[in-house]
Order: sequence, then structure tokens, then C-alpha cells
Amino acid sequence: MAQMNYRDAIRLALIEELDRDERVFLIGEDIGRYQGTFRVTEGLFDKYGPTRVIDAPISEPGFVSMAVGAAMEGLKPVVEMMTWSFGILAMDQIVNHAAKIYYKSGGACPVPMVIRGPAGPGKQLAAQHSHSLETWFAHSPGLKVVLPSTPADAKGLLKTAIHDNNPIIFMEHPQIYGVKGDVPEDPNFKIPFGVADVKREGNHATIVTYSRGVHLSLEAAKQLAEEGIEVEIVDLRTIAPIDMETVFRSVAKTHRAIVVHDDWRFAGFGAEIAAQVQEYAFDELDAPVLRVAGADVPMPYSRVLEKLAVPTEQDIAAAVKRALA
Amino acid sequence: MLKTKVKPKTASKTTSKEKAELIELYRQMLLIRRFEEQCNVAYRQAKIGGYLHLYIGQEAVAVGFISQLQKQDRVVGHYRDHGYVLALGSDPKAVMAELLGKETGLCKGKGGSMHLYDRDKNFLGGYGIIGGMIGIATGVAFKQRYMQEDGVTLCFFGDGSMNAGLLHECFNMAGLWDLPVIYIVENNKYAMGTALEHHSSETNLAKRASVYGFPSKQIDGMDVLSVRAEAREVIKHVREKREPYFVEAITYRFVGHGAADITDPGSYRTKEELEEWKERDPLESLKAILVGDGVISESELQTMDDEIKAIVKEAARFADESADPPPDALFEDVLA
Ligand SMILES: Cc1ncc(C[n+]2csc(CCOP(=O)(O)OP(=O)(O)O)c2C)c(N)n1
Ligand SMILES: [Mg+2]
Repeated sequence: MAQMNYRDAIRLALIEELDRDERVFLIGEDIGRYQGTFRVTEGLFDKYGPTRVIDAPISEPGFVSMAVGAAMEGLKPVVEMMTWSFGILAMDQIVNHAAKIYYKSGGACPVPMVIRGPAGPGKQLAAQHSHSLETWFAHSPGLKVVLPSTPADAKGLLKTAIHDNNPIIFMEHPQIYGVKGDVPEDPNFKIPFGVADVKREGNHATIVTYSRGVHLSLEAAKQLAEEGIEVEIVDLRTIAPIDMETVFRSVAKTHRAIVVHDDWRFAGFGAEIAAQVQEYAFDELDAPVLRVAGADVPMPYSRVLEKLAVPTEQDIAAAVKRALA
Repeated sequence: MLKTKVKPKTASKTTSKEKAELIELYRQMLLIRRFEEQCNVAYRQAKIGGYLHLYIGQEAVAVGFISQLQKQDRVVGHYRDHGYVLALGSDPKAVMAELLGKETGLCKGKGGSMHLYDRDKNFLGGYGIIGGMIGIATGVAFKQRYMQEDGVTLCFFGDGSMNAGLLHECFNMAGLWDLPVIYIVENNKYAMGTALEHHSSETNLAKRASVYGFPSKQIDGMDVLSVRAEAREVIKHVREKREPYFVEAITYRFVGHGAADITDPGSYRTKEELEEWKERDPLESLKAILVGDGVISESELQTMDDEIKAIVKEAARFADESADPPPDALFEDVLA
């Protein structure tokens, strides 16, 4: 085990994979000479050179599309989206192409590639740079969607992503790059997709979440514990595929579920969880499934408005209490 | 470095109207410079948050072009946009308040530095997504043509935008339908930390834009008199001929890509290169001409600087003292 932050854990996974397989290459804007906007790829250009760490022009549809073609022929592209808000420009390449090629080729052409980068609100990055888009991608068959919350999960899941034979949407979070944790150094350490992780055990209510939501929920759990309320926190880690069994097991214990995410509330991922819980675990519920999510507005720049637009620990604690009332 | 192509008139034989115009060019560039120096201070004080991109070094481009506009014309720009609104005459108080996210800001604190709008001054937005502003500007020019108006639309963006697919789609449509839009690429040699030669297969951007059926040219973006002379010609051409124009203004930013880049010049450009370009500071060059030709004296310039500093100080005070938007504002303006 080594202590490192989320950013360094991601970099370590990239380094191990670049060392392991020469078909793995990195491409993205400012990942090389500038060392990466969030410094995830710091030092990699110097270490691996311009053939394997490629500074791309601001042409998201172009380089994502190229990565799809290269992946069909057996390369393993790891594309950095400077932020997923720019992934919207490559939506056609991801949803219409990457996600569909294996199916429509009757299984002849897998597309083994990873697109990774931060998603979700930073600090006052405003309307065009704060998107959480996981639901957009999870909605499309043919993609896997990964949202790690801790350094160890980030490393283990990214390794799995690079070994996978499908297009992987890997969403980091700008606010947790500095979060520290223990990370296994074993280069064979991997975390399988579709396996949720219970980040905290408790009997009173289940919080279903991922990414930054895990940290917010852990904070809320501390406050609630002082009042004698013990929440269980289920970190989904991947939302496609999704491990609903762990959610159902937890709900069978607590009889209450609250979903937490940064993304917009309306038609957000919380709706899918709520639907599945009522569909398959209705009899276990003692309260409606509640959602703590982003306000349904474009992200405002103002610091005070932004605070109101994103979920907080207090919002989570209040929702838990409402579920228990 | 590109040498000035249109020889600017020296100021000595100029009329008093022309002298006043020259002084105004300097005043605007100085306002932008001082305003942004204050932005940097406010950013360090954590009053301005998020991304803050300063225009320091590139002032001649906005000021030279915008000085030639008429009131039916429109301007659209990318996120490095403080210079555009200030040159268009937006109230520095409202601009600063926007950067501080206050209710009294140009956009009620909702847009921030990258997303300024001032409809009264004909500024239809700064855009944070590379390429986005090209489509918007092309549409604005489409309206001018559709309604048979004689306005033109200026669209400012960086060299990085040359690689957005949208740009090439729009250039084609603008050329196809003869839209009165002037695309101005501010080639400051870098898109963040990626140098032009690493991001563009053809580094002569005027050449790269030359195949869409409308004229294109390179100009010296460090010399405001040259920019103004070129702008006058280009705007006249577009206003009369009703066709697009592409202008590559060669320029340079004297500061990091964003205010968060504290280690400028950073790993992607050298200190020597930065220093070499600073010798072509557009404010210093114009000042030398103005003083050398007796258009204005050193002491008058000092007075001007003092006045501008007072304007900026007042803008900072106004922004500081303005209220944050009320909570209800969160859900306002989502739909019209
Ligand atoms: C579609 C998109 N991709 C990436 C970015 C991130 N980004 C912001 S500014 C920038 C560099 C732009 O450089 P340039 O166009 O030359 O303008 P300059 O900053 O030099 O004024 C990049 C890559 C973005 N805003 N939008
Ligand atoms: Mg540039």
C-alpha cells in the first residue's frame, strides 16, 4: 500500500499500462507539454515521448473518432477529455459510433478504448464547464460508465477499463483530485466493474451514490452519527454495469434509500435507482426513495448561487431525516 | 515576427479629430490593461473565482477593430473577452461586478468572466466552448443578411479555434451564402500550452482559411494603428461587398493562459520569447508615437493614467460593495 492522492493514483494506472502494453497510448488536449490541465499526465510526455503521449488540437470529435478507428484495429487509446463538458462535442462519435459498432457489426468489431477526464462542478466554473453527464452515457447501450470516488478505486477501475474490450466512459471529479488514500501498488490490482462498495455501514438509511457524492455522504454521515443516525453508504463505482444487488441488500436492512449525485435532478440517475428500488424492493421500503441532486438550472457563476445549485452535506442530512420521519 | 504591412500615418500631420482618435485608442488600451491588472489582484484575493483569462498584450486587436464599428454592427467573442466589452464601452463597474459574481454585474452574476454579454453595446457573448462563438457569429451575420441590413459582425477567437470542426462548417456556409461576418483569429501562438506548430498542420492561418471563397489576410496585431487601418479596409469591404472576411492578427499574450497559471512562462514557452514580445507592447509603441509626434505630453498621459486608475478603483469598489444575487435568482432566467 502507498498513500497517494486520486490524481497520482490515476497517473500510476496510466504508467503501469503504458509500460505493460505498447498498444496503449494517451491522446488529449494539453496532456503533454503543458502537463495536463489537472496535472494527471504530469511528466508522462517527458517519459514516453510524443508518440505515446499526444497533444491533440482542440478537435474533440476528430480525436475521439480517430481513437475509435484505432481501437477497432487493436490499439488501446486512452483519450483525455480536458473536462467532460467538452465531451458533448464528441457525443456523436461516442454514442452514434463507439457505442454501436460492436453490435451492428454482429460482434465482429470491438472498440476497446477509454475516454477519461473530470466531470461535475469545480469551483465557479459556470455554465459551460460544470456538467455531470453520466446519465447521458449510461442511457446508451454499448458503453460502460465508471465514476470512482477514492484513489484506490480510481487506480483499480482505470486498470480494468484499459483491459476491457469496450468503450469506457471514465469520469473523474475535479474536486477530488487531491483526496488522499491507500492504494495497492501491485500492478495486478484491479477492481471489477459492476461491483458496488459499501463505504460505510449503518442500519437506519441507505445512501446510494458515487464520485464526489461519496465524500459528501461520508461528511453527512458524521453529522448524523452525532444524532444517533447510522447511514449505510453504497458507492456504486460503475453505473453501467450497475450492482443493484448490493443496493437491494442494503435497503432490505435499512428500509430507506436516498440517492445523491451532482447531476441535475430531473431525469437524472437517481430516477433510475428509485425506479429499480420500487420495482424490485417495494416491500422493503418504509419511505419513498428520495433524491439529493443538482438544481435544474445551468450552473451559475456566482459563488452563492453555485452553492445553492450543488448538493451539500446539509441537504443529505436533511433528506435522511425526512426519510426517517 | 510579422512586420506592419499598412504603413500607419505618423501622427504629426494629423488633424485634431485624428489626434483625438489616436488618444482614444490609447485610452481604451490603457483602460483594458489597468482593468485587468485589477482583475489579477481580485483573483489573488479570491474575489474572482473560476477561470479568469486576461487579454494583456493583445489589446490592440480588440481596440483597433472595434474603433471602426458602427452602431448596427455586432461583436461575438471567445472567453478571453474583457477587452471586447470594454472597447465597446461597457460600464467597467458592471463588468467588474460580473467578475465578482454580483447582482449588479452585466449578467447578474450568472455568467462570469468567460460569459460576458452586453446587448446594449452590441456584444452577443463570450463563449467558453472553443468553436462555439463561430457558429453564433455566423448566425448573427445571417440575420443581418436576411433582413438586408448593412451591419457587419465581428467574431474574435484564438488560434486554437482553427481546429474546431464547427469553424470549418461555418466558414463554408458563410462563404456559400455571402454572410457579412469578419472572422478574426487572434493568433497568440499558443492554445493553452500547445504551440501553433504542434496544433495546426498549416501555421499560416490566413492561408488555412483561404479556400472558402472569401478573402483572408494576415495583419500585425501588436500595432494598434496598423490594426485600425486594416480594420477600416476590411470592414468597409464587408459592409459594401456583403461577403465574409478572415483576418489573422498576429499577437501575443504577456500573461499565463489563465490567472491560475502562476508559473508563467511555464513549461511550454521560454522567458526569452516572452521578453522579446513584451518589447512590442502595443501600449508602449503607441505611446512612443503619440509623445514623439507631440500629440500628447508625458504629463497629460500621466493624468489620463490617473483618471483610468480612478475608474478602475471605482469599479472595484462598486463590485465589492454590490450584493450577491438573491437566492431566488437561481431559478430565474432558465427559460424565456
Ligand atoms: C471545446 C473545448 N475544448 C477545450 C477547451 C479548453 N480550452 C479552453 S481555452 C483553450 C485554449 C484555446 O486557445 P486559443 O483558441 O488559441 O485562445 P487563447 O487562449 O490563446 O486566447 C482550451 C483548450 C474548451 N474551452 N472548449
Ligand atoms: Mg491562442
